[in-house]
Formats: sequence, structure tokens, C-alpha cells
Amino acid sequence: MTLGAHLFLALLEGTVGALVLALTALGLSLVFGVMRIVNVAHGEFFMLGAIVTWYVAATTGSFLLALVAAPLAVATVAVLADRLVLRPIGYEPEGTIVATIGILYILQQLVLMTYGPYARPVAAPVYFRVDFPWFGYSGYKLVVAGVAAVLLLATWVALSWTRLGLYLRATQQDREMAQAFAVPVERVYTIAFGVGAGLAAVAAALIVPVQQAHYLMGLDALLLSFVVVILGGLGSLRGTVVAAFVVGLSDGLISVLFSPTLAKIAATLLVGLVLAVRGRGLFGEEVA
Amino acid sequence: MSADRPGLTLALHLGLLAVLGGLQLVLPAFHLAMLARIMVLASYAVGYNLLLGYAGLMSLGHAMFFAAGMYGTGLTIQHLGLGVAASLLAGLVSALMVAAVVGAITLRTAGPAFLIVTMMLAQAFYLATLYFNDVTGGDQGFILSGLGLELGGRRWALADPGVKYNAALIVFGASLLLSLWLARSPVGRVLVAMRENEERTRLLGYNTLRLKLFAVVVSGLLAGLAGSAYTLLFSYVGSTFAGVLYSIYPLLWTLLGGAGTTLGPLVGTLVMTYVVDVASGITTGYLIVVGAALVVMTLWAPAGIVGGIRARWARWLP
Repeated sequence: MTLGAHLFLALLEGTVGALVLALTALGLSLVFGVMRIVNVAHGEFFMLGAIVTWYVAATTGSFLLALVAAPLAVATVAVLADRLVLRPIGYEPEGTIVATIGILYILQQLVLMTYGPYARPVAAPVYFRVDFPWFGYSGYKLVVAGVAAVLLLATWVALSWTRLGLYLRATQQDREMAQAFAVPVERVYTIAFGVGAGLAAVAAALIVPVQQAHYLMGLDALLLSFVVVILGGLGSLRGTVVAAFVVGLSDGLISVLFSPTLAKIAATLLVGLVLAVRGRGLFGEEVA
Repeated sequence: MSADRPGLTLALHLGLLAVLGGLQLVLPAFHLAMLARIMVLASYAVGYNLLLGYAGLMSLGHAMFFAAGMYGTGLTIQHLGLGVAASLLAGLVSALMVAAVVGAITLRTAGPAFLIVTMMLAQAFYLATLYFNDVTGGDQGFILSGLGLELGGRRWALADPGVKYNAALIVFGASLLLSLWLARSPVGRVLVAMRENEERTRLLGYNTLRLKLFAVVVSGLLAGLAGSAYTLLFSYVGSTFAGVLYSIYPLLWTLLGGAGTTLGPLVGTLVMTYVVDVASGITTGYLIVVGAALVVMTLWAPAGIVGGIRARWARWLP
């Protein structure tokens, strides 16, 4: 293949990756924005989404059902975690980080004990090839990109025009003022945590026919989501999507031209650099 | 620090080291080997505790300091043929350099961003050990053999269980006494003041950024010492030790034992290493005990074991 074809392939891979990453990172960003907590278990919600998808698709044979069941099941797990662990400690920042690291290992190891150490594929619900002049490309990947884009749009619409969206935004802006205006802040927290986990799970469900389900797949998802949220600014939907494209496209480019490991090194170092240049970093209050 | 008892404190710490030394006369070989490993890892936790317990900074990337010591020592032995003492020094210097650079970058951030950026940089370090696998051996790592130290007209083979145990004891003793001294020194007290109220400490005229950098560097240096000692005593170098689990372990050990207590890191490492050892005999998913311990601690015992003892019975514990 020529360099041009390589670049085009990298662009395609990058766009698909970016849209899925945007969906995953949006969940993390929502949780950080609304609840002001760092959820280290976010990657495990992604992993759990992939595992549930495999399980449902394998037992019922329906990928569509899996696509619906995965976010619901994972959101339920997240709501339980919120009620049983995070709420009792009052969302205290450091305690929450330690607790979510704990939840990370509990979920990951439970999957290892039940699902096993295997990487299992899920058959794509649709199979077709899109033929470009230089290479054929999996049509399902383009479907993934399309569905992810629609879900991002739907999230944006829900945040902008529904009552729940208003509650979420109000809580993010000023928790106490929101409470004074009768926003049920505690319930909003629980919902934000559930929705955040559900977004990661649906992203994983979409990508699992391409990537396979494995109990260790959460860490990469977590780290890349952190990169995106830091670059894009907390709780900012537009920033998250833009940052996901920057990270996704450069990841695709470096992966295709050099190596995936190098792409990940570059992404993680990029964040260090951004924070070093931007001083206190994008997690500081001045961005919110 | 309402009832300071320096004499009793020093006696307790020296007594503990003496007990650890005496244990080699009574314990069976399996537990001696475990304890040697625990003491080296506890030095790592002692270093971590300086940063978390005293300076109040939570890092999720300490594995890169541990691994810097490990690779600094292991690679110079493997590729340059250095001896034990020189390679130990090489390990300490690499940990020092990594800690200084990482500190300079990460301390520009505050709060959760510090944690995330240390985690990111550690992950970049981990991936680099995989990427350059023709030098580092990557996942597989490499085994060193025939390590020994010429001292006092005798050659001490580090693979010998007795030598290994006492070397581990020396490393741990040095780390423990350093941390005790630091905790009681003026610098240590200012670190605690900064942990409790950074604004006020700055107002009193202290350069808090420099204090934090000092804490990161000393903490990283102790982690590097532990990594270097681990390489020398257990003759293995591998990227597992740079992975995220080895950043979470010292956090867990420190919190379980009690952050901000000098003896907490040893207690936490001791308890957790045995618990993990038992759990790994029962299930493949044995790391679930790590997760369960973290959740249980945040919910019901945030002060940890030694921290709880100090709050209830012994206010004088450092």
C-alpha cells in the first residue's frame, strides 16, 4: 500500500476508535463533573459491558438484546456500588479513589473467577465489506462509528433538553444551590454514576465484535478515558468529543504507521506534557 | 503529638528490628523467605508512606520508582557487568532521576490530577519497558545469577537464605530509621503542617512546592532502594513490577497499616502479603482480596491498623 492508503486507513481506524472512546470518556467526564469524584473503576464498567455482551449474545444469540442488556446490567452494578460504598463514605475525594480502586479489583477478579482468563469473540450482527480502491474495510466498524455518533448526540440532547439533564447540569454547576431549588442531589449522584457506567458499557458492547472480551481490557479503556477527560476538560461534552478525536486519530495514525504500544506511550506522555504546560491542569476549578 | 515519648519510640523501633533479627533463629525456611521479601517490600511501603502519610500526596505511579531502581540495578549488571555495590548505586541514581523529573512535572498539578498524572507517567514507563524488550526482556524479564558481595575478606552470596534475610533486614532497618528520623525532624513536621493546611503553611513562609518535591524525591528514592534490593536479593527483573498493581500495592499496604505512622507500612505489608499468599492457594482470582481490603478499609477503618491503635491506646506512637 502507498503512504496515502496507509494514512486513509489510519484515519478510518482513528475515527472509529475516537467515537467509541468519546462515548467511554463521556461517562467518566459526567461522573467527574456532576459528582466531583475520580472513578478509577470506570474501565471495569467498560470491561463488564463487553463480558455481559458476550454472555447475552452467546446464550440468546441476539446481539441487539446484548446491546441493550449490557448497559442496563452494568448501570445496576454501578448503582449498587454507589449505594453500598460511595454514598456511605460521603464521596470524600481520596476515600472515593481508594474505594473505586477496590471496586476495580473486585469486579475484575470476579470476572476472572467466573468468565475465566479467555479472550472471547462475539460475532458481529452485520457483516459486509466496504471496498475502497486500496483495501476492503469492515462494514461493521463503520456501523459502530455511526451508532456511537448517534448515542453521543442523544446524550447531548438529553443533557440539554430534558429535566434529568437540567438536574445533572445544575448539580454540576452548584450542588448546594441545586439542592436549594429542590433538585434531589443524592438521587442525581446515583443516576450520574449509573449513566456514566452505562455509557462505558454500551461503548464496550459496540466494540466487542472487533476487539474480543477479556477480563483485563478495562485498564486501557480507563487510561485513555483519563487522557481524554484531562485534555477535554471536566464535564464538558464538546471538549470530551474533541479530545477523543485528537487522541483517537493520533492513536490510529501512530498504531498503523509505527506500533500500538508507541501510540499508548505517546498518549500518556501527551497528558503529562499538557499538564506541565497548562500549570494546574484542566482538572482545576477554573475550567468548570 | 500530644504526648511525645522519644525514648520509648526509639526503643520500640530498635526493639522491633531486634525481634526481626532474632526471628531467623526460630522461624522455618519458608517463613524466613517470605519475611525477607516482606521486609524489602515494606521498605517500598515506607517510601510510599512518606509521600502519602506525611506530605499528603496520593500517587498511583510509584511502581515507576520501584522499577527504576530495579532496572537501574538489573540492566547495569546484565549489560555492563557491574558488581553488587555499583549496581545498587546505579539503581538509586536512576530512581533519584526519575523521581526528580516526575516530581517536577506532576507537582504542577493539584488534587486528583496529581494522582492521574502519576498513574499516566507510570503507565508510559511500564509500556516503555515492554517496547524496548530487546534490552529489558519485557514481560519475561531476565534472571540474574551468582550475585555476591565481597566484604571483610569474605564473599557473601546473596542467594544464601541467611545472607538474603539479613540484607533485607538492613534495607528495611535503614528505611524505617530514616522515616522515623524524618517524621520527627523539623522538615517532617512542616510536611505534616502542609498536609493539614497548605495555604497556612505557605503563609508562614515555607516554599511548599520545594517541600513536596523533596517528599517525592525521598519517597521515590526509598522505592528505588527497595526495587534495587529486590533485584539483588531475588535475582529477577521483569516489567510486572512496573505495572499498575505494583503502584496500588504500596497504597494498600500503607493504608492498611496506617498512613502517617512509621510502623504502619511494615504491618500492612506483612498482613497483606500473607493474605494474598493464602488467597492465591484458593482461587485464581486471588487479587479480589486486594479489592475487598481497599473497600472495607475505606468504609470501616480509614486509619488502618497502627493508626487505630494510636488513636485508641497509644497517642505517643509516631
